[in-house]
Amino acid sequence: MALKGNLRDVGLNQLLNLIHLARKTGALSVQNDNGGGNARLYFREGKLIYAALDGQETRLTDMMVKIGKLNPDQVAAIRQRAQVDTDKALGLAMIQTGILTQADIVQGVKNYLLETVYQLLTWAGGVFIFEPNHAPAEERITVPINLDHLIIEGGRRVREFEKLREELPDLDVPLKFTERQDANLRNINLSVDQWKIISFINSRNTIRQIASYLKVDEFQIRRIVNGLQQAGLVELGTTPRVPVPVTVGTAYPSPSAPNVGRGVLLRVMDRLRGL
Amino acid sequence: MQTVKMVVTGPFNAGKTSFIGAVSEIPVVRTERKISDDTRAVKDSTTVAMDFGRITVDQDLVLYLFGTPGQKRFDFMWEILSEGMLGFVVLVDSARPETFREARSILDTFRGYSNTPFIVAANKQDDEDAWPPDDLRIAMSLDENVRVLPCVSGDKNSVKSILVQLLEVILEYLPEESAAKSIK
Ligand SMILES: Nc1nc2c(ncn2[C@@H]2O[C@H](COP(=O)(O)OP(=O)(O)OP(=O)(O)O)[C@@H](O)[C@H]2O)c(=O)[nH]1
Ligand SMILES: [Mg+2]
Repeated sequence: MALKGNLRDVGLNQLLNLIHLARKTGALSVQNDNGGGNARLYFREGKLIYAALDGQETRLTDMMVKIGKLNPDQVAAIRQRAQVDTDKALGLAMIQTGILTQADIVQGVKNYLLETVYQLLTWAGGVFIFEPNHAPAEERITVPINLDHLIIEGGRRVREFEKLREELPDLDVPLKFTERQDANLRNINLSVDQWKIISFINSRNTIRQIASYLKVDEFQIRRIVNGLQQAGLVELGTTPRVPVPVTVGTAYPSPSAPNVGRGVLLRVMDRLRGL
Repeated sequence: MQTVKMVVTGPFNAGKTSFIGAVSEIPVVRTERKISDDTRAVKDSTTVAMDFGRITVDQDLVLYLFGTPGQKRFDFMWEILSEGMLGFVVLVDSARPETFREARSILDTFRGYSNTPFIVAANKQDDEDAWPPDDLRIAMSLDENVRVLPCVSGDKNSVKSILVQLLEVILEYLPEESAAKSIK
């Protein structure tokens, strides 16, 4: 029986918890609701072992480049050296050429898997399906990662993300430069990411559009914009705001225990059994 | 004539009416009411259904089954229905995870009314997309001691087994009469 649903209803962290507690083996595929790609996470006995993004099982070399352990020239050299084009052969070539140690590779794969999951945690919605017993291709290098720590860190990130989302609920607004001419602004150090965003600020580009030009996810864009706001550099442009509905808590009356004896219950039980 | 009652609750479309219908000796009575809710000016009226079924136990004992309306904003009805109940069943459409959170919140609301025993029925287990009871338990963050049982509402035996197990839980909770006497 495959578990299906949407991340809007059952969050990724909740799913990880389920996989962890039930020690499941299989593949969790997620398709982002807003066309933001898809991902596939593989688990063995409740541990994360492999991740693939956008329909392709990410190659070991790409993982190492993505997390900054290898540069493209090194990849070319390793490719040449490896006899067969499998991840295991590539890994061996990395070790033989002395570019990376086995520990580097394991750590690298681990970091890559974690980053992938953290990225997925920022997806607001996405159709998912868990298929039991699906495993990654044989030649992939898998690294088992305990989910308990991941779930805690995931929870922390989700809360941070939610806080940022509260501060910046609407991404469909443009940014504008602060109008007050503040002398302090001269001494602000901007990160590369912040600079990139600055260059897109005009009255037409919404935050969401800027994020999609720059290919950064919602979590990152919120974080960067928040930093710029904190620095007093930018403000939100104006769009009509929809008021947020407020829910009111209910006060519960004191419990009213049913006043029946065991005999009555046993009579009901007999009757039900005889139905 | 003594009457006792159990309540069947759960989100919209979970299968409450089918559940009661499967065991009731009378056709399920559905009452429809118009409700106006000034907090939701957008929807000016909607229909509230309360299901009502009956099982005659013997000459002087009748079990009533009440099905609640599913939507949370009619919870003033829930409270009336839950008055004096022996226990309740939270029915969940196991194939619709988008309703799990709501099911959990309905459960919490009912526990707030009264600390009577309850069980969770993972309904529509005949649907190929149904989540198994154990996974549903985790998804709804239910304690290990909460009974989460597989259920198919259309099936009389399945419904019967749920009600019998609810009664078992109720009996567990009942203070032992003889034990209580011997203490005094
Ligand atoms: N496959 C399957 N379908 C079911 C089951 N139980 C109920 N259904 C179907 O689910 C739908 C809803 O059933 P109802 O019994 O009307 O559900 P309800 O909880 O009373 O719904 P509301 O009163 O509208 O909230 C109907 O189409 C039923 O036929 C079941 O066990 N398996
Ligand atoms: Mg109904």
